[in-house]
Amino acid sequence: MTRKISINPITRLEGHGKIDIFLDAEGNVANAYFQVPELRGFEQFCVGRPAEDMPLITSRICGVCPEAHHMAAVKALDRLFDVDPSSAGRRIRELLYMAFFVTDHTTHFYALGGPDFIVGPDAPPAERNILGVVKKVGLEVGRQVIECRARNHRIIQTLGGRGIHPVAGVPGGWSKAVSEAERREIEAAARANIEFARFTLKVFDAIVLQNAAYRELIQSDVYHHQTYYMGTVDEANRLNLYDGQIRVLDPEGGELAKYDVADYTRHVAEHVEPWTYLKFPFLKRVGWKGFRDGAESGVYCATPLSRLNVADGLATPLAQEEFERFREAFGAGSSGGKRQPVHHRLATHWARLIELLYAAEHMLELATDPEITSPDVRRIPERIAGVGIGSVEAPRGTLIHHYTANEKGVLEKVNLIVGTTNNYAAMSMSIRKAAEKLIQAGRVVEEGLLNRIEMAFRLYDPCLSCATHAMPGAMPLMVQVRDHGGAVLRTLRRDG
Amino acid sequence: MTEKPKFSMYWASSCGGCEISLVNLHEKFLAVAENFDFVFCPCLLDTKKRDVEEMPDGSIALTFFNGAIRTTENEEMALLLRKKTQMLVAFGSCAMEGCIPALSNFHSREDHLRTIYLDNPSLDNPDGVLPQTMFAVPEGELELPVFQDKVRTLAQTVAVDYFLPGCPPESGRIWEVVEGVIAGRPLPPKGSVLGGGKSTVCEECARTKDNKALARFYRTYEIVPDPQKCLLEQGLVCMGPATRDGCGGLCPRVNMPCTGCYGPAEGILDQGAKMLAALGSVLDIGSYKGLSEEQIAERANAIIDAIPDWAGAFYKYSLAGTILGGKRR
Repeated sequence: MTRKISINPITRLEGHGKIDIFLDAEGNVANAYFQVPELRGFEQFCVGRPAEDMPLITSRICGVCPEAHHMAAVKALDRLFDVDPSSAGRRIRELLYMAFFVTDHTTHFYALGGPDFIVGPDAPPAERNILGVVKKVGLEVGRQVIECRARNHRIIQTLGGRGIHPVAGVPGGWSKAVSEAERREIEAAARANIEFARFTLKVFDAIVLQNAAYRELIQSDVYHHQTYYMGTVDEANRLNLYDGQIRVLDPEGGELAKYDVADYTRHVAEHVEPWTYLKFPFLKRVGWKGFRDGAESGVYCATPLSRLNVADGLATPLAQEEFERFREAFGAGSSGGKRQPVHHRLATHWARLIELLYAAEHMLELATDPEITSPDVRRIPERIAGVGIGSVEAPRGTLIHHYTANEKGVLEKVNLIVGTTNNYAAMSMSIRKAAEKLIQAGRVVEEGLLNRIEMAFRLYDPCLSCATHAMPGAMPLMVQVRDHGGAVLRTLRRDG
Repeated sequence: MTEKPKFSMYWASSCGGCEISLVNLHEKFLAVAENFDFVFCPCLLDTKKRDVEEMPDGSIALTFFNGAIRTTENEEMALLLRKKTQMLVAFGSCAMEGCIPALSNFHSREDHLRTIYLDNPSLDNPDGVLPQTMFAVPEGELELPVFQDKVRTLAQTVAVDYFLPGCPPESGRIWEVVEGVIAGRPLPPKGSVLGGGKSTVCEECARTKDNKALARFYRTYEIVPDPQKCLLEQGLVCMGPATRDGCGGLCPRVNMPCTGCYGPAEGILDQGAKMLAALGSVLDIGSYKGLSEEQIAERANAIIDAIPDWAGAFYKYSLAGTILGGKRR
């Protein structure tokens, strides 16, 4: 008898998803499917819209990371309208983007993924949330988290017009200059962010790294996968979240490719499965070989962990220090001139906090750049080139917007590969592996199973709102266990 | 100790921005948690649909329902939460009027599927595989929900008590509503809009109008507008005159036009029609004197042609149905 377990919906993520786990006659996992039962329609319904509307329209793909879509869209528009943004305009974009990274990574650590560690994976589900976190770490820490989110959303509103779904991105730059008074406030916020990021790393150190059980969990084979890694780097191969070249390393740390996003279709293709609405991007040169680890499989990962894996370093001093400590902790040394990637997926939580520190430090650099208050924030385009491809590192992975417009700048074709989608195959594999390790001989540990399987995807901070930009409609996440006659033995449903 | 009233928030077909706007109450978010028993919210809490099903009917005092209705699943959740909730609020533009995802209603379901799975530049799908609502894998069968042809609003699906506009609603306006409920302040008649003004965005915009006639329209990438003057009078299609106030006039403050996310202004059925009337009153008719009818038509067309997508501009947020348009059953 095969059995099937369903978890629906998975919670503490952005958007909806569903997991089906099939058990064989012995009660071991035969297979696990991570279905995305939701589709929206941006690629189609953007056709016919004026290209310059895209930063506004595509931010509605996701209300958690609208800034990422807004930025990828304006960068695609720079190329579509063949205009280089003014230097101040570019810096303001990046400044907003760093404030966004600080608040987004903070939200994930304290509200979405962090409760698994801070409150604990076995805590009652009613406690495993942001309110439980505040209870555990104390109101004072809770207040710091709230203040961090508040000051950065205020800056996003000051610079972008609105705290959620900003509007100030235009081809050629930014629609609003920064006043000296605003700059001072932003500088103060950036300093507070650095302190907050350091504090958060200390919290992580104390609660997670100093805890033997968690260390074991992080190092365990349950959450370990050897795949390719993708991320954006600057000319010195250092992490860059806003701009640069996309670099892909193999599981041994060798460079497979480094390219401008305009060439993305030469490197990445999307595979379709009939049992899910979401597509599976893979590395073209390696090929789609199914849901498999290793150098022969084109599956890759694009997450904070991936970005630290593909980067030779970080461009700010404190984050660089932490980066070195991180690599050392995982014994990720060099061999034969290649740096070994970290394959422990739960280390993504740590990597995210290192990026938080980097974003805070870089925010301060930008806030103290004399050019940031220049009134020369935008250039007016002189022609319509017709095609625009732009990318940024979204918190959840490399985000690509690709537009084709007619001579009037009206869209004819839109293709989007979003952060979370990059990781769909890798997440599916992580879920399957967690299920295989946790369900043996038919043993079903309801709550623990649910949550530890959820931890396997939650570390990716999946944003299924983003991933399902494809058609309006939504569904939550479910795990079903079925016997091999197909009868549903158990449905674990979170809703949804 | 008396039990705290129960509060829930659900997303149907949405982006998650409404939840973030609630969390952006910041320290007041803790006050929400103090005054309500926050029972259900998949974005933030681990409680399940099953738990909601087990609650007595009408036991949730307040539900903020965001997101539009596209799938049968969205519809089921709307029906369930309607049954369990005393005060059901269509929260945000998607639930209230369809919002940007409702632009999908301009396109067929088939066109969506073709663009996404069969015809795009990064696809590797030589066999033309399309997702199936029921598919047999070696281990068993997997199901996907069926998509309905159009995006609908919450009020087109179930009876809605109140509407809270915005994409997303501004946190300050959410707080006014929540605080009112906590304090037990009397509510307006059912079907009213909460957390919005009674006028238009122009009322809260600091820009000056000199009632200057308009010779042509510009697209936002074409000009750097004067930071003090009315954007519409500078030729940008600013939806302010047709849009409900309540946001604080945020977009014009950063030199970008209002795009209408707070929905039609109080008493207006159709945001696009109202905007058309507003444009008619600012267009420069005077300079057409002495021209033949054909020349006038040509000029008028040239003005109109400057904007390639009037439907998308006028109904960017309200295509699935204005509040009074497609409304409650």
